[in-house]
Amino acid sequence: MTMIYEPDFGTPASAKLAQVSLEIDGRPILVAAATSIMRAALEAGIEIPKLCSTDSLKAFGSCRLCIIEVDARNGTPSSCTTPVAEGMKVTTRSEKIDRIRKGVMELYLSDHPAKCATGDECELHGVAKKLGIETSRYAGGDTHLDLAKDESNPYFTFDSTECIVCNRCVRACDEVQGTFALTIENRGFKARVSSSGTSFIESECVSCGACVQACPTGALTEKSLLTIGAPTSSIITTCAYCGVGCSFKAEMRGEELVRMVPLKSGGANEGHSCVKGRFAYGYATHSDRITKPLIRNTISDDWREVSWAEAIAFAADGLKKIQKENGVNAIGGITSSRCTNEEVFVVQKMVRAAFRNNNVDTCARVCHSPTGYGLGQTFGTSAGTQDFESVEHSDVIMLIGANPTSAHPVFASRMKQAIRKGAVLIVIDPRVIALVRTPGVVAAHHLQLMPGTNVAVINALAHVIATDGLIKREFVEARCDEASFKEWERFIKLPQNSPEAMEQSSRVPAAQIRAAAHLFANAKNGSIYYGLGVTEHSQGSTMVMGIANLAMATGNIGRKGVGVNPLRGQNNVQGSCDMGSFPHELSGYRHISNPQTRAIFNDAWGIELQAEPGMRIPNMFDAAIAGEYRGLYVQGEDIAQSDPNISHVHAALRAMDMVIVQDLFLNETSKFAHVFLPGTSFLEKDGTFTNAERRINRVRPVMKSKTGKSEYEVTCDLATAMGYPMAYENGAAIMAEIAATTPTFAGVSFAKLDELGSIQWPCNEAHPEGTPTMHVDEFVRGEGRFMRTEYVPTDEKATRQYPLLLTTGRVLSQYNVGAQTRRTANNIWHTEDILDIHESDALLRGITEGSWVKLASRVGETVLKAHISDEVPAGVVYTTFHFPESGANVITTEFSDWATNCPEYKVTAVEISPTHKAPGDLIHSHIGDDPQLDSIVRMANQIAVNIPAGDAAEIQTAHHIVQFWTPAMIDRLLTDVSKSDLSPIVLKALDILLVRN
Amino acid sequence: MRVYVPIDSAAVSIGADEVAREIARIDPAVEIVRNGSRGALWLETLVEVQTPSGRIAYGPVMPNDVGSLFEADFLSGGPHRLSLGATDGIEWLASQDRITFARVGIIDPLSLDDYREHGGLVGLKRALTLSAQEIIDELSDSGLRGRGGAGFPAGIKWRTVLQTPAVQKYICCNADEGDSGTFADRMLMEGDPFTLIEGMTIAGITVGATLGIVYIRSEYPAAITTMQKAIDIARASNLLGESVLGTTHSFNISIRIGAGSYVCGEETAMLESIEGKRGVVRAKPPLPAVEGLFGQPTVINNVLTLATVPMILAQGSQAYKERGVGRSLGTQVFQLAGNIARGGIVEKAFGVTLEDLVNTYGGGSLSARAVRAVQVGGPLGAYFSTAQFGVSMDYESLIAAGGMLGHGGIVVFDESVDLAVQAKFAMEFCAIESCGKCTPCRIGSTRGAETIDLIIRGVEVDENKRLLLDLCEVMSEGSLCAMGGLTPLPVKSAMINFPSDFTGAAK
Repeated sequence: MTMIYEPDFGTPASAKLAQVSLEIDGRPILVAAATSIMRAALEAGIEIPKLCSTDSLKAFGSCRLCIIEVDARNGTPSSCTTPVAEGMKVTTRSEKIDRIRKGVMELYLSDHPAKCATGDECELHGVAKKLGIETSRYAGGDTHLDLAKDESNPYFTFDSTECIVCNRCVRACDEVQGTFALTIENRGFKARVSSSGTSFIESECVSCGACVQACPTGALTEKSLLTIGAPTSSIITTCAYCGVGCSFKAEMRGEELVRMVPLKSGGANEGHSCVKGRFAYGYATHSDRITKPLIRNTISDDWREVSWAEAIAFAADGLKKIQKENGVNAIGGITSSRCTNEEVFVVQKMVRAAFRNNNVDTCARVCHSPTGYGLGQTFGTSAGTQDFESVEHSDVIMLIGANPTSAHPVFASRMKQAIRKGAVLIVIDPRVIALVRTPGVVAAHHLQLMPGTNVAVINALAHVIATDGLIKREFVEARCDEASFKEWERFIKLPQNSPEAMEQSSRVPAAQIRAAAHLFANAKNGSIYYGLGVTEHSQGSTMVMGIANLAMATGNIGRKGVGVNPLRGQNNVQGSCDMGSFPHELSGYRHISNPQTRAIFNDAWGIELQAEPGMRIPNMFDAAIAGEYRGLYVQGEDIAQSDPNISHVHAALRAMDMVIVQDLFLNETSKFAHVFLPGTSFLEKDGTFTNAERRINRVRPVMKSKTGKSEYEVTCDLATAMGYPMAYENGAAIMAEIAATTPTFAGVSFAKLDELGSIQWPCNEAHPEGTPTMHVDEFVRGEGRFMRTEYVPTDEKATRQYPLLLTTGRVLSQYNVGAQTRRTANNIWHTEDILDIHESDALLRGITEGSWVKLASRVGETVLKAHISDEVPAGVVYTTFHFPESGANVITTEFSDWATNCPEYKVTAVEISPTHKAPGDLIHSHIGDDPQLDSIVRMANQIAVNIPAGDAAEIQTAHHIVQFWTPAMIDRLLTDVSKSDLSPIVLKALDILLVRN
Repeated sequence: MRVYVPIDSAAVSIGADEVAREIARIDPAVEIVRNGSRGALWLETLVEVQTPSGRIAYGPVMPNDVGSLFEADFLSGGPHRLSLGATDGIEWLASQDRITFARVGIIDPLSLDDYREHGGLVGLKRALTLSAQEIIDELSDSGLRGRGGAGFPAGIKWRTVLQTPAVQKYICCNADEGDSGTFADRMLMEGDPFTLIEGMTIAGITVGATLGIVYIRSEYPAAITTMQKAIDIARASNLLGESVLGTTHSFNISIRIGAGSYVCGEETAMLESIEGKRGVVRAKPPLPAVEGLFGQPTVINNVLTLATVPMILAQGSQAYKERGVGRSLGTQVFQLAGNIARGGIVEKAFGVTLEDLVNTYGGGSLSARAVRAVQVGGPLGAYFSTAQFGVSMDYESLIAAGGMLGHGGIVVFDESVDLAVQAKFAMEFCAIESCGKCTPCRIGSTRGAETIDLIIRGVEVDENKRLLLDLCEVMSEGSLCAMGGLTPLPVKSAMINFPSDFTGAAK
């Protein structure tokens, strides 16, 4: 294995199409206009020494090593800052040029250590060697060689003695990351790089690593490089944190990972990274890792370390026994959005083929399932429409319910770059997120709505666009379904949807809505980006459809700079959904009821698939408490911490007889498990992740599996032990099966991925190299369909008892339930979850900064530390959910999206009060007698009131229930529910269902 | 009864305020006009009295002279030992070619009426009748070049900005006058601010800029105050505003104050500073005329350049280019300073000799010792010996002589000067004032000072002189801007013109 070397052309590529011909050192050269002479020369293989330039940053012209001579021009300009011109004749070497370059190098060497800590990493010594100069004639003068190191950052060192003040770090922080944490202090000889007058750790630095990446010397160096030593090989792989899906070079020294270096040719990140992907990989080798299978008879027993064979047999026996006693549908599985497409595909296959039911769901249920439903209904497929690069072509960006600087930092940097270049930002969020106002970025509008009122705001925006004549009729007429548009236009123009009417509930001033609507509708290219602040609501699916309506009405679909872009929370949310993890659909979003689709799999797998949907995660919990569902295979998701209304989840888990957890660590869920199957970290996997832009990236094993097995191998072993033999030679073989059974993946193979680097699906005969922008000529479903989006307030309302609304989110340094990041040095930034409270709410309750507060909802109580913050409006409190002891999900309720059951994490009515209790005292709620029946009633009524149907609500309600409910649940609805609990529409729907049955 | 007592900072620094107060105390009926300085600084405080036969001058007047002036009936032009006769008759002034400084010292700086009476606004009014192209043709034809030091033809710069399409363009006036021995920008802003406003306004209407910014160094508090008052008056009088002199042109001016950095006088560092950033030099291209302030096309001119524009528009290019030599047309506002008997402003047509300036106008050294060296063009200018006094003071001749005109500052040293120490000072100045961006300037200046120090101390003199010359080449050829690029000029000129100071022998 060798080191992967990415050439550095010194300055960014020119975007110009026109070509310019010139001569460099007598060689004729043709390059894009506005290319720097340096880049033109380097691309042609003509070497020019450089230190201050690197092709991720704009030319700066400070080191003066790259000087050249140009015929008929005076002096020796720097080649990095001088653009090519037609007919220009450039000389890159002459006696004079060499003399000046050596003279400059002599100056550098006079204030630089003779030997650098990083050895060959130091470009200064490399250039000096090439110039044939090793010492300086300047002796005994003033230097900076006695400056102290800044070791405050856990991951990198700043050693000012090696700093050559090239500004690459400062520029990277400004231009690439957009944080502006670094600067140059003082001037002249005293000029030094500074983290703005304080230590790195106390500064604004977000540890993205861009400065370390940019530094040409050992001044900014990964500590791991200094302790482990120089890497000897590198492998390209994909980060396993958020849905941006950054490509990295894993640089190895033997079996040891020295560092993760962002890949310049990475389609998603183009050489950038964040603190998690760049540095927080230590969990993969953390001593908490379990590497041997564990089993136990009951959850009160101690774990027993056993062989793989014993563990698999134990698990299979348990599951088979349950199926024998309670039927085939009494078990199921949950796939993980953190695992590879291949691992996910194999788990859902195991459930469908070996468990012989459709009880498979994915943790994407609790984050982006409404995206799947909403975009499926309107556009015809469940995916973002753009690539990330598209944002650079946007004129107006609408950001809804997402906090990219914390949750999708690398994309946030790209967005910030676009904004600094002139794009205008509209933020729709209850909180003052960083992008509302941060260095270089000021949002044009911040529509600070109350949690739970997204649909009110999107309807109001659309109302203004419709009533003020701002609809792009030519787009709608050419591309969208006419009847649905007419119905939508009639609906959205109703006075009830006006900003003035919606102001009462959303609390967004009508004038602000009107201004924002005009801004967005008049943009040449308007794009919408959204996150879990959209989906995790009881109207999550309605909101996604509202977003899609807005994009269609303003003609913002099908080209660069526009589109609807869900920012996926986890690395493989997109992929786990693509892979057929939902109980109602097979890979590529094809409904299980479709006989042609089932036939493909029946033939390929030699089985007979059930035609009806299986259980969703919350259905599984309800059925478990009801005693009908007793065995669960959980792949890499900590449902006992991350799912809402945890008391309910815990009760369900306790009720089961065989809970199998496949994970890296003994997580919260494993406390309820009978079998623990050790999993592999992303550094051991061989497969693919699909990011938020539908980009399929390769995940390559950089080290041997710590468990001795691949994760999919373990799944296959269990399936085999269940009586359905499954085996794959490698990840590529699984992808071959995915491609063979999934039209949107037909053209995908590991070989092609290795060749192209990455592929955005659909990838098939029509798009052999993938599809960066979707719906270009027509929508996947043919015509775009407008959907009626009635605003139905959530039942989770602020009351006299619970007068505040709790909403939740993430911080930059931690990730979801923290299983990974809590096992890294990232804890230095965020050691506990904090409750943000507006000053007025705190004052009213005698709560002071840093004091303990009791946080109570109708389902539970926990204790958190208070932070008085102006980032939340009065009436709203906010916390993160990274630490299990915080118990944020003890508070969250059973309410969920009407269409998909995505939990309503973002709205919980709460009360807070001062307390002296230490945290850890979680008070759980009482579980009802028949939670399944309660859920069925709630869900049915919710569908009926939310379904976008107009007059035909009962038909649509019945249809929806058939599409997404298990037959057992429909039976209970028809037979067990008290009719008085059901709304009139549901009662009418029951008649339709009865006929059908 | 009208008496003129300059309000110029130079006059105030030696008691002009006290003189004015004393006059007012003795005779409250006297109308005291606080004019700018005539520029004859050795005569300050120069008190003038308006008489039927013109203005009669007395100077230099100290506060305790005022009583005797009254006794001598100076209000009627009575004789006194400080009497200089009619101001117009003072040869030092009368022999100059006052164009840019035509009104300075004559008018009340903040009287727009005074300004109009003395030919103000004629240029702007004419410009308003011309097309942008015609204005630029007039300017180009006049031969006016940048007076900040670079000497770039003003017309070409304006044309580039005019031809670069943009939604917003700017006019930036560089008033960060940091060269040692220079004070012309300050005296003009304190003495005739409307000229600068008029010049900037002409620039604005020509290239299509609606905002002008005057970047004034913080060390010029009086100039800042006067400029601000003048801008306020201009705005109230419709000279500035949405409708310049009632036309459809809009132009406003705003002042930005420097923060004590020499390099912020470099045009791109000045732009960074105005944008609120560290004053660091930008690489060119792009030229500020194409991508300047906030990335928009920007005219950047020195105070003197812009202040000369109204006259060129008013009297025509021909009247201006009649003066001067070769490609250096018109006049230069020279500033005599240092160890000189008669310091001040000497505005003369290009082509006057250094001899004329230092000896005829300057009267030799103040210390009465022989003049040994003259630094022309500020801290980055060359040191000339008296053997070179015949040099014609114009852009090309000075370059040919190994120097440069710069901003027209002339600093005189007598025979006590040690040019090796001056050379070291040049490097030290650069080390302190360098923005720290490019390597030759950032590290080279410190190494230069250290190396010259070794030469002064007699350490390996020949090797170190070679090293110093190598360094000078690296700095002049390798630096990003003129700061590092020109620092070798005083060093090398000192070494060449005063070799005896670089032998390492103790003096």
